[in-house]
Amino acid sequence: MILTLTGVDAFYGLHHVLHGVSLEVRAGEIVALLGRNGAGKTTTLRTIMGLVDERRGVIDYDGVSLLGLRTHEITRRGLAYVPEYRGVFSDLTVAENLRIAALRARDWTIADVLELFPTLRTLQDRKGGHLSGGEQQMLAIGRALLSSPRVLLLDEPSQGLAPLIVETVIDTLRRLRGQGMGILLVEQNAETALELADRVCIIDQGSIVFRGAAESVQRQPEILSTYLAVG
Amino acid sequence: MLFLVVSQIINGVVTGMIYALVGVGLTLILGVLNIPNFAHGVLFAFGAYILLSVLQVVGNFWLALLIAPFGVVLLGLLLELVGVRRLYTAHHDYQLLFLFAVALILQETIILIWGPIGTSVLPPAGLQGAVNLGLTVYPKYRLAVMGITAAIVAGTWLFLTRTNVGAIVRAGIENREMVAVLGIDIQKVFALTFGLGAWLAGVAGGLASPIMGLTPSMGFDILPIAFVIVVVAGLGSVPGAILAGILTGVAQSLTTIVFPEAANVVIYLLMGLMILVRPQGLFGKR
Repeated sequence: MILTLTGVDAFYGLHHVLHGVSLEVRAGEIVALLGRNGAGKTTTLRTIMGLVDERRGVIDYDGVSLLGLRTHEITRRGLAYVPEYRGVFSDLTVAENLRIAALRARDWTIADVLELFPTLRTLQDRKGGHLSGGEQQMLAIGRALLSSPRVLLLDEPSQGLAPLIVETVIDTLRRLRGQGMGILLVEQNAETALELADRVCIIDQGSIVFRGAAESVQRQPEILSTYLAVG
Repeated sequence: MLFLVVSQIINGVVTGMIYALVGVGLTLILGVLNIPNFAHGVLFAFGAYILLSVLQVVGNFWLALLIAPFGVVLLGLLLELVGVRRLYTAHHDYQLLFLFAVALILQETIILIWGPIGTSVLPPAGLQGAVNLGLTVYPKYRLAVMGITAAIVAGTWLFLTRTNVGAIVRAGIENREMVAVLGIDIQKVFALTFGLGAWLAGVAGGLASPIMGLTPSMGFDILPIAFVIVVVAGLGSVPGAILAGILTGVAQSLTTIVFPEAANVVIYLLMGLMILVRPQGLFGKR
């Protein structure tokens, strides 16, 4: 077990947005976090990264509590977060985006990232704001890897991308899992998520309402229709 | 008439470059820290007054100009560490009240230390007097100020665009949260930016002292101008702040020829016009 959340509550100001969320991510597995819009998927990732106003409960990473840590300290411990909007700095070039993330690079270097996403090699001097959605996503994931994470938190990586690029992203995530990385994947698209994930958690109104193996969800699609109102 | 116009334009550029130094610092602090630094003007004033005191000790203007801004940096860092740092997550009202109070306290401190009556500093020995530019005869010191401010602005620009730390500052203007997500201690970036802003204000105050003189209220005189520059520039835009500073200075000094009473009003007209025509400012994105 690398990342464990037990009974986690989170607050934005006076708004109580997560209620007793428990989940875990192990090394070398992909956990998909599914749920309706506004169910608390993004908030769960932001809570882990210390980006909410207040969080309670237990968030342990490698046996160490993340609760008292600030966001950059959490990243330095080995967690990386790619937000839904990707967070690429639009005024910085691709090279600069990578460089400022690589200041304390260890396992991953910029050369490794360029090898993983060769497209970025030719775009070095392009401003982040002038990239296509797919290029931005590659940059965002590549940049996240430079902090040498053991757990990657990904919010809707396939959103707004062409099918071909979604395949690239999926392949990349499989490769990273193969290297022992734990991935917590928030997805709107349940099909993509199930294709990729080992385990599934479904969140509704800030609470985890289902957890199980991805295969069991594929065998019982009614689980999805019950909690996600799809299909 | 032509002589007058030319010399007023040069005057405007010189004053404008000093405004630009103040404006660039303010826009960096506002952009990265999201704090309206109402104490920015008084940092400018401290730049001038600390220069005055250092000058009395070391006796050399250039040496004093080199040392004094670091006094302002210390003051700025203290302000960030003790006060501003606690207010990053607070509402703008609290930040505003705190910094306004600090500005008033520091202005009174100037009166306590240096007295309520204005004073002046002579330009350095080699730059007293004027030089014939052909179209007009112009004070040497002001020409030197133009060159020095241009060098400082260029240096700041190189720092922001050519170094990793500069890239982090620009990233911070765009998205503070994401900088922290990448594992960078945003608190250090904040302190660095506040320090840099204070240094620019301090240098500007020191350079301005032989031109504008020293009065305890000089900080509060320049503060609204600095905010006008930030608005005209576009939030967080350094090139915008430079251009807006020069525009403001020239607009002010040209107005002096035809209607001197309006010289201080014209900059607000400029700001009003900008808000109506291009609310995001010259180079702003949001």
